[in-house]
Amino acid sequence: MDSVTTGPLGPKHKATSRPSGPPSPEKPLAFSNAADDELRRIVEKYPDAGMRLLPTLHVAQREFGWISEEVKHLVAHRLAIPVAHLESVVSFYTMFHQRPVGRLDVQVCMSLPCALRGSGETWAAIANALGIAGGEITADGLFSICKVECLAQCDRAPVVQVNDEDHLDVSADRVKSFLDSLRNQTGDGKAGA
Amino acid sequence: MGFDRVLTRNVGKPDSRKIDTYLAGGGYSAARKAVTSTPDEVVKIVSDSGLRGRGGAGFPTGKKWSFIPKNDTGQKFLCCNADESEPGTFKDRVLLEHDPHLLIDGMIVSAYAIQATRAFIYIRGEMHAAAKILEGAVAEAYARGFLGKKIFGSAFDLDITVYRGAGAYICGEETGLIESLEGKRGWPRIKPPFPAIKGLFGRPTVVNNVETLCCVPPILERGASWFASIGTPNNTGPKLYCVSGHVNRPGVYELPLGTPMMELLDQYAGGIWKGRTLKAVIPGGSSAAVLTAPECQALPLDFDSCGKAHTMLGSAGVIVMDDHTCMVDAALNVMRFYAHESCGQCTPCREGTTWVAKILNRDVHGQGLETDPDLLLDVCRNIEGRAICPLADGAVAPVASIIRKFRSEFDHHVKHKSCDLGKAAVA
Ligand SMILES: Cc1cc2nc3c(=O)[nH]c(=O)nc-3n(C[C@H](O)[C@H](O)[C@H](O)COP(=O)(O)O)c2cc1C
Ligand code: SF4
Ligand code: FES
Repeated sequence: MDSVTTGPLGPKHKATSRPSGPPSPEKPLAFSNAADDELRRIVEKYPDAGMRLLPTLHVAQREFGWISEEVKHLVAHRLAIPVAHLESVVSFYTMFHQRPVGRLDVQVCMSLPCALRGSGETWAAIANALGIAGGEITADGLFSICKVECLAQCDRAPVVQVNDEDHLDVSADRVKSFLDSLRNQTGDGKAGA
Repeated sequence: MGFDRVLTRNVGKPDSRKIDTYLAGGGYSAARKAVTSTPDEVVKIVSDSGLRGRGGAGFPTGKKWSFIPKNDTGQKFLCCNADESEPGTFKDRVLLEHDPHLLIDGMIVSAYAIQATRAFIYIRGEMHAAAKILEGAVAEAYARGFLGKKIFGSAFDLDITVYRGAGAYICGEETGLIESLEGKRGWPRIKPPFPAIKGLFGRPTVVNNVETLCCVPPILERGASWFASIGTPNNTGPKLYCVSGHVNRPGVYELPLGTPMMELLDQYAGGIWKGRTLKAVIPGGSSAAVLTAPECQALPLDFDSCGKAHTMLGSAGVIVMDDHTCMVDAALNVMRFYAHESCGQCTPCREGTTWVAKILNRDVHGQGLETDPDLLLDVCRNIEGRAICPLADGAVAPVASIIRKFRSEFDHHVKHKSCDLGKAAVA
């Protein structure tokens, strides 16, 4: 997975950076029809223009995988707001990825209650099994890993969130089967990017 | 375990999140009752019940509502704080996922009390499932005419909109939440003006916690004096306690306010795990000062008793640590959280939390200096009370109390360049 956000020559918003999969690099970035519908519903739901930014960014991230420079420009254009404002918001909230992530973004809770019940060991076991460090993506593009703070499920520590889903009681000794089941869930143990 | 659950009475029922289940238990009678009373009457019932906010500060709810200017006929807002991100806190999630209509019922009553026709539920972005459940519940309530125009045949209109955060602990602070709702960085505002005067879009706004709002329907249904009969004087009503860490049965337990700490830990949470003994407890989410095992013995878990014990009930996130826990490690874990979550507006908070975390890091790894505990306390003193919002004080409280109460562990780390306890808390 190529993680360049700026090509050596091009301006920041040139279509050089893109997560894996469609749309094709030749066409300028655009929202799909389904996302477009969703954005229209956001306009109805939040009559105040300011309130549409976070919901729109959530849709954009689902659509494109991460908030690249071109996605920023696309969203800024769509909402008619300065890119600088959008930049200030995107950089503030940890859920908005400013770099590509794997198709399965494995987020391990490291806050005190999880740590007391072994999230440190869980983290080490996951990093070890996948052979990557925090913020990195496996060569096949399937996994990325990162540390996150309390996910409000501390009674089921250690807690790991993968994309939108919570996984509970993920102790270090369960990591192998946990990763296997994630691979099976995506339907490919080997996976190409 | 004789306590009749109030807030979690529907939890565990099949389809507890469906509107028909909620209606079958007498649901929405509070909202119906409210819209046929005057707003002042509603505020009075809630004031008389003694309800104090469950979001952390324990501020009297009726009083907060009464700060909304009465002669102002313009737009007012109610915001439900469902940002639940304080380490050790996982009670609001239970209500959101299992009984969303209890929350909506409570929001209708509360919005009516302050005459807000627009309400928002600010839910933390990471709670994907709960957000979907809430959206479903709000849609059900609209479909029945419980939300929208002229609800329950009254002249009162109310719209509730779910709004998702995007990963920032500081957006749980009420003015950070408001900024985030406006689509900006969640930077807390300088108070005053308080949100009741100038809140969302500069209009009078009340921000209440999920659990607070869920206390409201039972108060209207069963009366202020019933609610006030639960708990201890000035600390009334049922409370959701979250127990995490080194206990046999971590979980959310609904009990009267003022339930003794050791009763919660031993009878409900099943005692300390692995046959070990209790070493320390952080009783109110990670922003609260630590208590030693002896300090826990006779402590009633309510706002005033915890305050007297120089800690706080906070969000009632009771984090339990056994005798194998390295307290230097625990301090580092907590301070790292605050250094990460500081919004960066105030220099003492931004720089102070970062430096304290760095010093603690060297202490944990056997590279500390003898003078570190005093240095740390000195930095802490210079953070405390010198920042815009309470996050800074919340960062200092646990760490400074750990240094004061477990200082010998810091000294041990310096002297032996190692820890006898093994690394328990930090990766
Ligand atoms: C850093 C910080 C984080 C907070 N996080 C939350 C939260 O996640 N949920 C919450 O209800 N209150 C939180 N609060 C408290 C809110 O500022 C506010 O006091 C509360 O929502 C008021 O509700 P209540 O009166 O019903 O307790 C936080 C406060 C601070 C300083
Ligand atoms: S105290 Fe910390 S979190 Fe609060 S406003 Fe200041 S810098 Fe931000
Ligand atoms: S500490 Fe991990 S979920 Fe709360």
